[in-house]
Amino acid sequence: MDLSNIIIMRNELSLIVVVLLLLMAEIFSSKNARYMLLNVATGLFALHTILGFLPAETGELFGGMYRNTPLIILMKNVLNIGVLVVLFQVQGWLKKPENNNRSLEFYLLTFSTLMGMSYMISAGDFLMLYLGLELATIPIATLAAYDVYRMKSTEAGIKLILLAALSSGIMLYGISLIYGTTGSLYFNEVMGNLQMNPLQILATVFFISGLAFKISLVPFHLWTADVYEGAPTNVTGYLSVISKGASVFVLITILFTVFKEMSDAWQPLLIVMAVVTMVVGNLFAIRQQNLQRFLAFSSIAQAGFILLGMISGTTYGMATVIYFILVYVFSNLAAFGVVSIVKNATGKDNIDDYNGFYSTNPMLSMVMLLALFSLAGIPPLAGFFGKFFLFAAVAEQGMYWLVLIAVINTIVSLYYYLLVVKAIFVVRVDNPIEPVKGEFLARVGLVITVIGILVIGIYSPIFEWVQALSFGL
Amino acid sequence: MDKLSLLIWVPVITMIVMAFVNDSKVKWVGAIGAAVQLVQSVLLLFSFFAAREAGDTSEMLFTTDIVWYKYLNIHYATGVDGVSIALILLTSIIVFTGVFASWEIKDRTKEFFITLYMLATGVFGFFISLDLFTMFLFYELAVIPMYLLIGIWGTGPKEYSAMKLTLMLMGASAFLLVGILGIYFNSAPDGGQLTFNFIEISKIDIPASAQYFFFPLTFIGFGVLGALYPFHTWSPDGHASAPTAVSMLHAGVLMKLGGYGALRIAVMLMPEGAQHYQWIFIILATIGAVYGAFGAIWQKDLKFINAYSSVSHLAFILFAALMFNQVAFEGAVLQMISHGLITALFFALIGMIYSRTKTRNINEMGGLMKVMPVLGVAYFIAGFASLGLPGFSAFVAEMTIFVGAFQNEQMFIRVATILVISSIVITAVYVLRAAGTMLMGAIKNKDFELLPDAHWYDKVAVFVLIAVIAGMGLFPNWLATMIYDGLGPMFERFVVN
Repeated sequence: MDLSNIIIMRNELSLIVVVLLLLMAEIFSSKNARYMLLNVATGLFALHTILGFLPAETGELFGGMYRNTPLIILMKNVLNIGVLVVLFQVQGWLKKPENNNRSLEFYLLTFSTLMGMSYMISAGDFLMLYLGLELATIPIATLAAYDVYRMKSTEAGIKLILLAALSSGIMLYGISLIYGTTGSLYFNEVMGNLQMNPLQILATVFFISGLAFKISLVPFHLWTADVYEGAPTNVTGYLSVISKGASVFVLITILFTVFKEMSDAWQPLLIVMAVVTMVVGNLFAIRQQNLQRFLAFSSIAQAGFILLGMISGTTYGMATVIYFILVYVFSNLAAFGVVSIVKNATGKDNIDDYNGFYSTNPMLSMVMLLALFSLAGIPPLAGFFGKFFLFAAVAEQGMYWLVLIAVINTIVSLYYYLLVVKAIFVVRVDNPIEPVKGEFLARVGLVITVIGILVIGIYSPIFEWVQALSFGL
Repeated sequence: MDKLSLLIWVPVITMIVMAFVNDSKVKWVGAIGAAVQLVQSVLLLFSFFAAREAGDTSEMLFTTDIVWYKYLNIHYATGVDGVSIALILLTSIIVFTGVFASWEIKDRTKEFFITLYMLATGVFGFFISLDLFTMFLFYELAVIPMYLLIGIWGTGPKEYSAMKLTLMLMGASAFLLVGILGIYFNSAPDGGQLTFNFIEISKIDIPASAQYFFFPLTFIGFGVLGALYPFHTWSPDGHASAPTAVSMLHAGVLMKLGGYGALRIAVMLMPEGAQHYQWIFIILATIGAVYGAFGAIWQKDLKFINAYSSVSHLAFILFAALMFNQVAFEGAVLQMISHGLITALFFALIGMIYSRTKTRNINEMGGLMKVMPVLGVAYFIAGFASLGLPGFSAFVAEMTIFVGAFQNEQMFIRVATILVISSIVITAVYVLRAAGTMLMGAIKNKDFELLPDAHWYDKVAVFVLIAVIAGMGLFPNWLATMIYDGLGPMFERFVVN
């Protein structure tokens, strides 16, 4: 085997190096040095993120099991940036006394899942995909149960792992059917052998269901609210942005390459799921009192919008999905950043607790406003452009009624985002949350997200770049 | 930086400066910003005339065109003609007077003015846009600050009103978005490059089947903002709860976005669709005009009276937009300007009176003329202007609309026109009743005797508006000609289609 090409796997390799370094460091470091290690870990990951933007080689490895294209590199970079922001936000929580001795575990687990996601995106065959998926899932359950002293956190972890196992099972069934009908697991070979026979349609449906669980599309969303609420805030941010984003990337790559011939089968399926996901996510979000649950349902609704881009089935639609994820990473992480800073300082995370928040915390309130407006799709923030392009991709196919349903859902979502805005800005109370100040890095993280929200939409070359890469898939 | 983009940048820079000065200086920064903007608009008007004088006959002047998003062919395209210049002037006058009308804001002053200027940015951007995408972007940018402005600085059931207004207007924009995408994807029926530029689109025929589908969406989308019956219900609540300057800007300018869009985008780009649905929307506009007027009669709250009166007068604009002749279209634009000025004056005065009497119920007031003669006289002037007394702007505008409307010979339209005209008579009833009860007679409340008359900043706002209203009433010709000529090129293509 020729190992000179191994550099194609640079992203994963550097992540492995980081993980190993941290493992060694943890063993050999004294108790006091562990605080330092948090910063070292963040610094190493920042280096890794920067490394991702250097020109990289593309190609295939292991006989096509692993591949890298400019688009895949872009997807990984998006995830890397998101994880970096999460790492910035996580400081305040990890420095709490109860997490003192095991804060490095968070990094190891996070990096492992990220590695799983990278392999999943780069997969050139179903086996690799499945391995990546498992690596991306199991450590997350541990992360969700990280606050062992809280019942809800443990519950979240168990719920996640059980349902993840179930969905993996379904997905594996789908993969085995594909293998049975086509005789191969390699994407290239499967592609030529799909003829829309009933067994293969069943396989497609199973496969999509497995990923739909990860993206929390209705009706596979039932775990979302409980897990999002129970898990530590930063883990929820990670789950709802990075994990979801990676699964969307995989789903779209597979649908647009391997299952392209089957589009007659999956398109109606996705249309139904998109509509139901938007409606259910929105209707449930309206009723939520807990901000983490609220963001959970709002992220379900957002997943419905993401599906719209896939329905179009065009390269342009693909570009809009990737672009929307990029926008979503920044918008959602900004919201989670504020929530986690407040929760770490005060332990409050109900919408009512935020009444009068602006009078004591004007800067955090502004960040929250930008984040929510971007999620709602208000110009000139990035979310507006993201949604407009998604809708345009659907309208291009002549499905105007679907656009209409989607836009009406946007208005519903605007309603509940405005409820939070109302609590923060409009309602006045005598004892609002006292002024809180996040860790330095957490504030840096917020600044990054705000810049993202403000710039990604208005600065058009970003979208054009994403689009140019999408044509190279 | 070109002339028109400056119209966006001046409010933006004003906002940035405001963010860095302390609360007491914010309104001065706002006033200076608004004054600069006003001077700029007037200069723009003069350079517009100069360019026309010099024989520049191109449809849009001072155009810029920068490709923004290539794939969807989205441009940052700006340009003005007679119509948009008139509305830009209107906007800068109302922003300028609005700053002085909100001189007494004490609560979160900085945030108030910054949010107000965001609204203004959206409006200016809308009027200079030639591209449907940026137009839509600025439309939403202008609507969303309303939520905070009403929610934070409003009065009465402000949270409810703010939410209702925002959701209804954003809901309208949902229809609009589908309409715009529909127009875009049908903008090259014979193949070729699709475009968002509405001047380009007006030169081609959108397939009739598409027009039948997208015209109602677009017209309703804009119509909601233009208080189209039965989608007007956000307007009385919203205006009643909004702080003074916000009511002024919203009724004076923001609602004109609806009329402008309905005329320029919905009707002009999709003539066959417009023809097809003409009767429905004429009926709705007629109901709106009459219903609004009757609604105003029953109200006791000054702001509600004026809000219903706005519903009635805005229906004139949509009505005129459905008459399909150049005179009526001209009347529609004149009415946008005239109503914008008059209603802004009304809301400014109501705000000033309310800040003194702490009530807006006309039955609790009386004899205010004796304590505040300046405001009282100004209110009468606004009232006379509103009911269409010759010499004021509304007379010019309404006259033009009805002259245009009578050029249609169908019986149905004749009847509708007469009904709409009859609403003017009702206008006289509620305007005079409110003014009489409130200003004439004996002073009902002892506390009112010591109330101060207009302060200097009140006078700035009131006198500027009255001067412009009277000026437009007495010398309408240059404005009318400018608008008429501005509508010309698009109207010619409209008739051909």
